[in-house]
Amino acid sequence: MTTTTIDDAPFIEPSATAPRNYLNDEYGVLSWLLTRDHKRIAVLYAISVTVFFMVGGIIAFMMRLELLTPEGDLFTSDTYNKLFTLHGIVMIFFFLIPAIPAVLGNFILPIMLGAKDLAFPKINLLSWYIYMIGGSFGIYVIITGGVDTGWTFYTPFSTQYSNTHVFAVTLGAFITGFSSILTGLNFLVTIHRMRAPGLTWFRLPLFVWSMYATSVVIMLATPVLAITLVLLMVERTLHVGIFDPALGGDPVLYQHMFWFYSHPAVYIMILPGMAVISECVAAFTRKKIFGYKFVAFSSLAIAFLGFLVWAHHLFVAGISIYSAMVFSFLSMIVAVPSAIKVFNWTATMYRASVSWQTPMLYVLGFIGLFTIGGVTGLFLAALGIDVHVHDSYFVVAHFHYIMVGGTIMAYLAGIHYWWPKITGRMYPEWWARLSALLVFVGFNLTFFPQFLVGYVGMPRRYHAYAPEFQVLNVLSTAGATILAAGYLLPMIYLFWSLKFGRKAGTNPWGAVGLEWATSSPPPKENFHETPVVTWEAYDYPAFLKAMRETQHG
Amino acid sequence: MLSDFPLFPEAASSVAKYVDGLYLALILLTGTVSLLIWAAIFYLAIKYRRRPDNELAQEQEPPAALEMTWIVVPTIIFLAIFVAGAWVYFRIQRVPTNALEVYATGRQWMWKFQHTTGQREINTLHVPVNRPVKITMASEDVIHSLWFPAFRVKNDVLPNRYRTLWFQATKTGRFHIFCAEYCGTLHSGMIGWVEVMEPTEYQKWLAGGSEGSLATQGEQLFQKLACATCHTNDATGRGPVLAGIVGKQVPLADGHSVIADDNYLRESILNPTAKVAAGFQPIMPAFQGQVSEEDLIRLIAFVKTMQPATNVAPPQQPRNP
Repeated sequence: MTTTTIDDAPFIEPSATAPRNYLNDEYGVLSWLLTRDHKRIAVLYAISVTVFFMVGGIIAFMMRLELLTPEGDLFTSDTYNKLFTLHGIVMIFFFLIPAIPAVLGNFILPIMLGAKDLAFPKINLLSWYIYMIGGSFGIYVIITGGVDTGWTFYTPFSTQYSNTHVFAVTLGAFITGFSSILTGLNFLVTIHRMRAPGLTWFRLPLFVWSMYATSVVIMLATPVLAITLVLLMVERTLHVGIFDPALGGDPVLYQHMFWFYSHPAVYIMILPGMAVISECVAAFTRKKIFGYKFVAFSSLAIAFLGFLVWAHHLFVAGISIYSAMVFSFLSMIVAVPSAIKVFNWTATMYRASVSWQTPMLYVLGFIGLFTIGGVTGLFLAALGIDVHVHDSYFVVAHFHYIMVGGTIMAYLAGIHYWWPKITGRMYPEWWARLSALLVFVGFNLTFFPQFLVGYVGMPRRYHAYAPEFQVLNVLSTAGATILAAGYLLPMIYLFWSLKFGRKAGTNPWGAVGLEWATSSPPPKENFHETPVVTWEAYDYPAFLKAMRETQHG
Repeated sequence: MLSDFPLFPEAASSVAKYVDGLYLALILLTGTVSLLIWAAIFYLAIKYRRRPDNELAQEQEPPAALEMTWIVVPTIIFLAIFVAGAWVYFRIQRVPTNALEVYATGRQWMWKFQHTTGQREINTLHVPVNRPVKITMASEDVIHSLWFPAFRVKNDVLPNRYRTLWFQATKTGRFHIFCAEYCGTLHSGMIGWVEVMEPTEYQKWLAGGSEGSLATQGEQLFQKLACATCHTNDATGRGPVLAGIVGKQVPLADGHSVIADDNYLRESILNPTAKVAAGFQPIMPAFQGQVSEEDLIRLIAFVKTMQPATNVAPPQQPRNP
């Protein structure tokens, strides 16, 4: 073992920052709107998804306010129904799905590979424009009166009964799907073709493995959503009988098709979160991830098995007892690779050098909350319990533990971890730790009571509810207030840090990875010369040695 | 105080104890595991926190056998949960043969219930305690879902076919009925109460007036809709003899066969050409949109009670074409 300590590592010194970087290489609005630089496109995405996150968050807060009292007294039923529909659509299609791949993946993935850009830079820009066109349909629908079908658009309600803007919003989701597909395509080709010399598959950071798995799911599942939404639009506008029994269709067929995309979509949302967590665990323990290959292959296993469990959303919707058994069994199996990851991340901390900086706090929160989200998934996969809790607040709590406790915690971990690389500035550590604490406490207070109120019997999507559910709902709304504060803080201090933050230097964390071998912010072409990789992923001693040789040699 | 703020729902059916037992067992199991993971996170994060003497991690791994342990052990546990869940599920799904039949129709935004004795009620359902009750249900419009939290059962109510659920109430009292599948504006108002009564009380309630039994009401409809013109009782009609058909295997014109259950009868009234009985012409008019869900229930109830004309029940003789 080398005797090198982090203190005499050459890269830890704030390097004489290269005067030119991707941010100041060109100026003007057009230099951003017509850019083909993956880093600038990532920034465009970051701004867009943040706007959608705020819209979805404000809507969620309005719902929590309504649910303070059992009576539906703040909004009308129709308004409330539109609120939860828009909350779901905005958060899933316009925030959670693009957030980590299109922001962090876009920025970091090519740099991790030692590449100058993604394989198809123009297609990358195109995917942002497609996303914005799809998103503007969402905004149009919000402004002109909303939609009330639930984000799931179940038929025949969505095709024959709802008189809201179903067509416009499904068209928006349809269009946005192509932006995901193009991002997935870009990532797959880039990972296959553009790795730096020496960067073999098993030297790849786990972020790349997880993004690879995500991209495969995106490429295979999103077209099914597109088909489903087209059929829905055709039935709604042309009255061709596909799903509506009055026209000879089958409403349960819609649910099969919808969940054939939307269950894998859960993994489109959580696999990138796992990607970030693996990076942060390695960086803030300064250690190789325990069981690297197991973690890498568990991502692929999740991607594969994720396609085989869709009908667990249909246990009470009209599938046979025996197909329910098959899907229950497969849903138990898909939990195994997630469990493997949790155990490996935890074990990585053994004899590690665990830093308590903000990204790691989010990581620890993620592991804890994802564990709860995962084990409550077992409750739902167990047929006998699902019959009772299906479509109750138990389900709402479960998927928020995965999507908010999992994906959003991971996104925040990643944003803090790579913030110095993206902006060249450090965020204020004290405020960031405070916000991590607020998010953790607020999140649990918001969503844990929902498990209880769901089992007691409160159905989801209820505008008014029975009085005995009130206490738990009040707790939940109180938690949402803390959570909102936890989310507002980073928006303020991160913005502040753009001008007033301490200069970051090349590698403020003393982390391993190609992105920490180039300046912060990186130059337009990422590296002045193509890096040669001689180290395994997260191999601290080897990375330190390589960096020293580059610097001195 | 606890009654104002329940953390656990009232358990009032024969399957509730299985569902609750599994739920509590899983809480204990997964709660323990989660706490262990949390404890491990805290312990490791504190014990190996970064200090001047461990700026770099010691590259020393936990034993590799651990990896196999936490692949194999969780898999076994998860499969055990699957088996337990399926075991409870079978108890929820298997309808006892002696169940009391009730019919439910969901529509935006109310629950309509019909009893075989002819009583109709809206958003309230009277049932006797300690007797299995089977609910056959369909929707007039969108998908609904009938949920009895106190009984731990629910099932989606579809607009294109009958689905069933059953329960055996073990306590008298008043329990919630909720619609669990989002169905539009007043989804949260599509609620009601199930009144579980002592058998004697229930008999008293049944004795209270009705418009004649479901089958009687169905017979009137059968005449009114002129079904009897073709569905005669003596195998000379242009349609199959319906007496005694329920539960029998019916050979179809396309060579398949089908069990004449509620769903087949329903489909054959609404859309008769979908599955034409062997030996008959597809001449029956479709009643889709003509007969309401409640009238369908009445017609089917009548068909179930039809008696063959003679002692020797002629199984439908295909007429020579």
